[in-house]
Amino acid sequence: MIVNNSKTLLSVEGLRASINGTEILKGIDLTVKSGEIHAIMGLNGSGKSTLAKVLAGHSAYEITGGTIRFEDKDLLGLAPEERARSGLFLAFQYPIEIPGVANTQFLRLAYNTIQAQRGKEELDPLEFDDFVREKMKLLDMNPDFLDRSVNEGFSGGEKKRNEILQMALLEPKLSILDEMDSGLDIDALKTVANGVNQITNKDNATILVTHYQRLLDYVVPDFVHIMQSGSIVMTGGKELALELETRGYDWVTANKQSIAGAIA
Amino acid sequence: MSAVLQSLVNQPYKHGFVTEIESDIAPKGLNEDTIRLISAKKNEPEWLLSFRLKAYQKWLTMTEPEWQNVHYPKIDFQAISYYSAPKPKKKLASMDEVDPELLRTFEKLGVPMHERAALAGVAVDVIFDSVSVATTYKQKLADVGIIFCSISEAVHTHPELIQKYLGTVVPVGDNYFAALNSAVFTDGSFCFIPKGVKCPMDLSTYFRINTEGSGQFERTLIIAEEDAAVSYLEGCTAPRFDTNQLHAAVVELVALDNADIKYSTVQNWYAGDENGIGGIYNFVTKRGLAKGRNSRISWTQVETGSAITWKYPSCILRGDNSVGEFYSVAVTNNYQQADTGTKMIHLGKNTRSTIVSKGISAGHSNSSYRGLVRIAPTAEGARNYSQCDSMLIGDQCGAHTFPYIQVHNNSAIVEHEASTSKIGEDQLFYFSQRGINAEEAVSMIINGFCKDVFQQLPMEFAVEATKLLSFKLEGSVG
Ligand SMILES: Nc1ncnc2c1ncn2[C@@H]1O[C@H](COP(=O)(O)OP(=O)(O)O)[C@@H](O)[C@H]1O
Ligand SMILES: [Mg+2]
Repeated sequence: MIVNNSKTLLSVEGLRASINGTEILKGIDLTVKSGEIHAIMGLNGSGKSTLAKVLAGHSAYEITGGTIRFEDKDLLGLAPEERARSGLFLAFQYPIEIPGVANTQFLRLAYNTIQAQRGKEELDPLEFDDFVREKMKLLDMNPDFLDRSVNEGFSGGEKKRNEILQMALLEPKLSILDEMDSGLDIDALKTVANGVNQITNKDNATILVTHYQRLLDYVVPDFVHIMQSGSIVMTGGKELALELETRGYDWVTANKQSIAGAIA
Repeated sequence: MSAVLQSLVNQPYKHGFVTEIESDIAPKGLNEDTIRLISAKKNEPEWLLSFRLKAYQKWLTMTEPEWQNVHYPKIDFQAISYYSAPKPKKKLASMDEVDPELLRTFEKLGVPMHERAALAGVAVDVIFDSVSVATTYKQKLADVGIIFCSISEAVHTHPELIQKYLGTVVPVGDNYFAALNSAVFTDGSFCFIPKGVKCPMDLSTYFRINTEGSGQFERTLIIAEEDAAVSYLEGCTAPRFDTNQLHAAVVELVALDNADIKYSTVQNWYAGDENGIGGIYNFVTKRGLAKGRNSRISWTQVETGSAITWKYPSCILRGDNSVGEFYSVAVTNNYQQADTGTKMIHLGKNTRSTIVSKGISAGHSNSSYRGLVRIAPTAEGARNYSQCDSMLIGDQCGAHTFPYIQVHNNSAIVEHEASTSKIGEDQLFYFSQRGINAEEAVSMIINGFCKDVFQQLPMEFAVEATKLLSFKLEGSVG
C-alpha cells in the first residue's frame, strides 16, 4: 500500500555491477518506501536476480558505480550478514541445499541471530518448535520439513515455501522475493501469496521479482518496474503488468523511451 | 572431559621407575646397544629385551612404506635419540611468556581462564589436588579388579599379562613403524578388565599418572576378558606440542568372549604452520583383536592435528558373531596430509563391521581414506557396511578414497557408499543472508557432516571436538 509520509526504506541510485568483468547492471534507480509492494518484471537474463543478489551483498559481484541506502545506512559498506540483520531479506530463486543440517536447527539459528540483533528474546529448541509450527500452518507446510536437511530433496514448490517460512520467522523490513511463483501450482501459489499478504504491513516493504503477471493477481503491487538488459526501462502502476501481459515485451522495447519519458 | 584434568599429567614427573640414570639422553642413533640401553634403563626382564631385539632385527630387513598418499622428506633414523629420561617441563613465570597463538587457541576452544595457565605450563598454585583425584580414581578401579597403569609399571607388576598379550595383535614385524616401536617403545598405557567387569567410568589418559614422558614411541595394550566392557579415551582437544617430529605408536586391543572395547581418540598434535613448516609425523598402528564370540571392538577417532597422519585402526574379527566398528573424522588444513582408514578382517562366522569415514579438507591439504574389507573363506554370513564421505573447503585441497574389498565367501554382503561435497560460496551466502556469519555456518555444516561420528563420542568429548573442528577450519572459508 502507498502510505502518505511513509519513510524511505531503500534508495538505489545509478547502480552498476559486473561479474567476471561483464557488466550486468547498467545504472539502476529504485526507491522503495515502507508499506509499498514493488514488482520487478523482465525476461530471463534481464538482470533481476543479479539486482536481488547485489542488494543482498553477494561477493561474486563487483559494484562499479552508484549507491544503495537502506534506511540510514550505506548498504554497500555492510557485509551480507549485516544487511540481513538490518532487516533485508532475500527469498532465493534457487534456494541452496545444505545436506546434514536439520532445517529446524538452521531456522532457529537464523531466528535467534536476528532476535539478538533486535535485542529481543531468543528461543530454546522447544520454544522455537512451538513457534515455528504455528508459522508453518500459515503456509500449509508439513512439520516433517523441520527434521529434514535444509532444502535437500525438497521439490521446487517446497523450497519456495521454506523461503517464505523464513520470511515469516525473520519479519524483515524489506523482502525481495525472487521468482517465488515458479514451480508452484495454482493452489500452492494462492497459499504462499496469502502468507505473503499476511506478513506485509505498513511498516515493511516487498519487492516481487517475477516474469509472469499471474502472481500479481494474488499479491497486488503498488508499482511495476520492467527491466531489460540491466536497466529499469519502464515504471508504472499495477496496470502496467496487465498491459505487458497483453502486449508482450516487444512492445516495451519499442516504447520504452516514450513511456519512460511520459512517467518521468 | 574437563581440560582441568589435563593439568594432572602436566605435573612435573615425580615418581619415575628409573632411579639410577647417569645420562638423561641416549646418544643419537639406533643399534643393538641403544636397545640394550633402553631396556637396562627401564630395568626390564630378559624376555622383554629379546622382544625388542627381535623387533629390531625384523626392522633392519624392512623398508619404509611408500604406498601411502603422503609426501615428506626421508626420515633419518640415526639422527634420533631413542631414550631420554622423563624430566619436568620448564615452567613459565607468567601468562605473558606463553605463545600468543596458544592463548588464542584456548580462547577459541573455550578453555576456562584458570585452566589455561596450567595447560600452558605456567607455574600456578595447584588448582586441583591432583594426587587425591588420581588416587580416588585408582581406588575405584582397583575395587573392581581393573588394572590401569603405565605399561612400564605393568611389566614389573603384571609381567605374566604383558608377556601373554604383548605383540599378539600387532606382531613385532607387522610393518616398518610397528617394528620400530616394538624395538624402542618407551612407555604407554596398560589396561586390564577382568572377566565379567564393566568398567564403571571412561578410562582416560588424562587420569593416568606418569603419562609424562611416554615419548614418541608410545605403546598401549588393553585387554577385556570374557563379558568385560571398557570405554577408553585417548588424547585431548588442547593442542599438543612436541620437539620430536616422528611419532610411531602401537595400540593393541584384545576382546575375549562377549567383551566390548570402545576406543575413542581426539588427536590434535601440532600440525605445522600455515606454510607447512614443522609439525608432527604421526605413524600409528592400532589394531583390535575381537578374539572371542560376540565380542566387539569399536574405534572412534577425530584426527585434526599432525603434519602427516598415517593411521589405520583395524579389527580382526576372529570370534563368531564378533563386531568391528570404525568411526572417523579426519580434518586437514593448510599443508597437512592424512592417509587414514581402517582394515576389517572377517574370519569368524556372522561377523559384522561398520565403517563411517568423514574426511574434511581445506587449504592446500590432502586427505585420503584407505580401507580394506576382507572376508575370509571361513567368514560365513559376514556383513560389512562402509560409508566414506569427503568434504572440500576451497579448491586447493584434495580428497581421495581407496577402498580395497576382498570377498572370499559368497554368503557375505558388502556395501560401500561414497560421496564428495563442497562447502561452496553459495551455501555460505545463503547462511549470511539469514544473518549467520561464515564461522557459524561452517561449524553448522561440519557438525551436520560429522554427526554420525560425533554421536559415538562421549558427550563432553563430542562438544569439545565440535569446537575444535570449527577452530581448525577457521579462516579457510569466506
Ligand atoms: N557468473 C556469470 N558470469 C557472466 N555472466 C553471468 C553470470 N551470472 C549471470 N550472468 C548473466 O547475467 C545476466 C542476468 O542474469 P540474471 O540476473 O540471473 O537474470 P534474471 O534473473 O533476470 O533471469 C544474464 O545474461 C546472465 O547470463
Ligand atoms: Mg532470475
